[in-house]
Amino acid sequence: MSNENNEALLEVDNLKTFFYIDDKVARAVDGVSFSVHRGETVALVGESGSGKSITSMSIMQLIPSPPGKIEEGSVKLEGKELLKLSERQMTKVRGNEIGMIFQEPMTSLNPVFTIGEQLAEPLVKHKGMKKKDAKAEAVKLLKRVGFPRAEETVKEHPHQLSGGMRQRVMIAMALACDPKLLIADEPTTALDVTIQAQILDLMQEIKEKYNSAILMITHDLGVVAETADRVLVMYGGQVVENAPSKVLFTEPKHPYTEGLLDSMPDVGDEKERLESIKGTVPPAHNFPEGCRFAPRCKYAMKECTEAVPELREIAPNHQVRCILYEDRGGEK
Amino acid sequence: MTTANETNSVKGTDANLGEPLVEVNNVKKYFPVKGGVLKRKVGDVKAVDDISFTVYKGETIGIVGESGSGKSTLGRMIIRLLDPTEGEIRFDGEDITNLPQRKMRPHRRNIQMIFQDPYASLNPRMNIGEIIEEPMLIQNMFTKQEREERVVDLLERVGLGAEARKKYPHEFSGGQRQRIGIARALSTRPQMIIGDEPVSALDVSVQSQVLNLMEDLQDEFDLTYMFIAHDLSVVKHISDRVGVMYLGRMAEIAPKDSLYDKPLHPYTQALISAVPSTNVEEKKERQVLEGDLPSPSNPPAGCPFHTRCPEAHERCKEKRPELAHMGEGHYVACHLYTEPGEHET
Repeated sequence: MSNENNEALLEVDNLKTFFYIDDKVARAVDGVSFSVHRGETVALVGESGSGKSITSMSIMQLIPSPPGKIEEGSVKLEGKELLKLSERQMTKVRGNEIGMIFQEPMTSLNPVFTIGEQLAEPLVKHKGMKKKDAKAEAVKLLKRVGFPRAEETVKEHPHQLSGGMRQRVMIAMALACDPKLLIADEPTTALDVTIQAQILDLMQEIKEKYNSAILMITHDLGVVAETADRVLVMYGGQVVENAPSKVLFTEPKHPYTEGLLDSMPDVGDEKERLESIKGTVPPAHNFPEGCRFAPRCKYAMKECTEAVPELREIAPNHQVRCILYEDRGGEK
Repeated sequence: MTTANETNSVKGTDANLGEPLVEVNNVKKYFPVKGGVLKRKVGDVKAVDDISFTVYKGETIGIVGESGSGKSTLGRMIIRLLDPTEGEIRFDGEDITNLPQRKMRPHRRNIQMIFQDPYASLNPRMNIGEIIEEPMLIQNMFTKQEREERVVDLLERVGLGAEARKKYPHEFSGGQRQRIGIARALSTRPQMIIGDEPVSALDVSVQSQVLNLMEDLQDEFDLTYMFIAHDLSVVKHISDRVGVMYLGRMAEIAPKDSLYDKPLHPYTQALISAVPSTNVEEKKERQVLEGDLPSPSNPPAGCPFHTRCPEAHERCKEKRPELAHMGEGHYVACHLYTEPGEHET
């Protein structure tokens, strides 16, 4: 996309992940395509139920199966198809080539092991390091994410650390094997705003230093605006808009993106009254016919409910899935 | 430590704010920390440490702070879900600090609360009609028929419709449950509603529906709101005045525009600058604070913020700053403003 000449680091094409519960089919991820290049931060945004987290879990192949199943599509990391790998090969990719940070630093760490033990484990497992070397490396990793007294921190247990410190440990852990891609699922949602600022800065710094890439999954548009180069807005298991961050926040095209931005209070942009989007996000087993946003859309027309609109390029690097932009050269 | 006459107070110098509804005077809430084999008291968590301020009739006062700042404890004391360790709380002129629960009950109809988690705050075994009727029953308000009419009326008012009363909480989404919580809070015709993170669990598009509803209801029923939240954007949107808490103390309290445009306390400045904004055209300089929030069981001596403050000087480690009026209803607890120049010697 933005740099066609060099190959994408991650390429997701027509990914479909469905869940089979009772006799219902939940099309949680329904034909998602995008790519991430080195040095780039790409954000997947959406409300709960939009399919953003299931997309990232599908990339990592962490979908509980049954009931979930990746039905179709391809996920390529530097040209290598991940969906064809065996579980053993995939375990190597996770941690070695793709690092992960989750929302809940409280529950993602094991309470009975010290920080040092937990940091050393992937090094022994993935890098074949000796235990002693791995312990020394753990101290280095903690220093890298800004622990001033890393030598003591490695001996501590998770409960002795604050939320922000635990999230730093998670980042250190994700970085342990120098991954090319960091997938961060709501990395700062559980944190206070001053701590969030520290963590976002740290992630940015690390990305620049190691020329890796970040795929950030979040519902917080403010965080996206501050960190992402490119944004994919998801709704009902599909990408509805894909644009560079600057473009998306100044000229949103999809009515859902527009509605989200107008309904958000913002410290930097006073609004007398908030707009709201009527109704709620539909459940994945019961998406409406045609455009999935149509029942909540203020521009909806009869045609909207007839077929799912295609994701179309309306300007360079800017794609929108909306009938308003079909065959009209981008005029509303 | 502190001397008895040190307070963290805002008192009625603001004639234009109208009549006080809630007066909080030197309120403290200490939770004992027990330790050792004998479970003896080994210390206190000073969740709220000597706070005074006034809530005026008809206003929305926002209380912001990070986790552990004591903002929820403060809200719970005003509604007397928690008893203050020290200090006085007056509601509509009457001292309610030490009222026994039985005598507190008639007051409860005047102050209602809405909670953060719309999933946990509604009884799953009661239908919506019963949930909304319950506070009126407890308060012995209205006849049975009037209560039923009120339930229907309130459900219409919060946008759910009368048919909702036969349904159960699990049949509703998060935003709808929060509407039910609001209808329940309104049932006793309260003067004041305290919202403790009332929209934090909701998605953005639903959050704005609930915020708009709260604003409409305020106009319609002349409500006074105390809106406790960690989200500075939401608080800015809904509040008239905003108080910023840090480690059990009020760091700054001011009319909204004055607080967000000209924050005085270094903590408020950092807090506001750390809020991510979608305004991509005007990138602001972000001021990143070092370190973590200290533990409220062992707060730093002097100004509680001095361990993270970029402007800290010797004085801040020794003496706790008090709230001082900087004009136009803007109060700040910081030595930079109250004792200028002294630290240079």
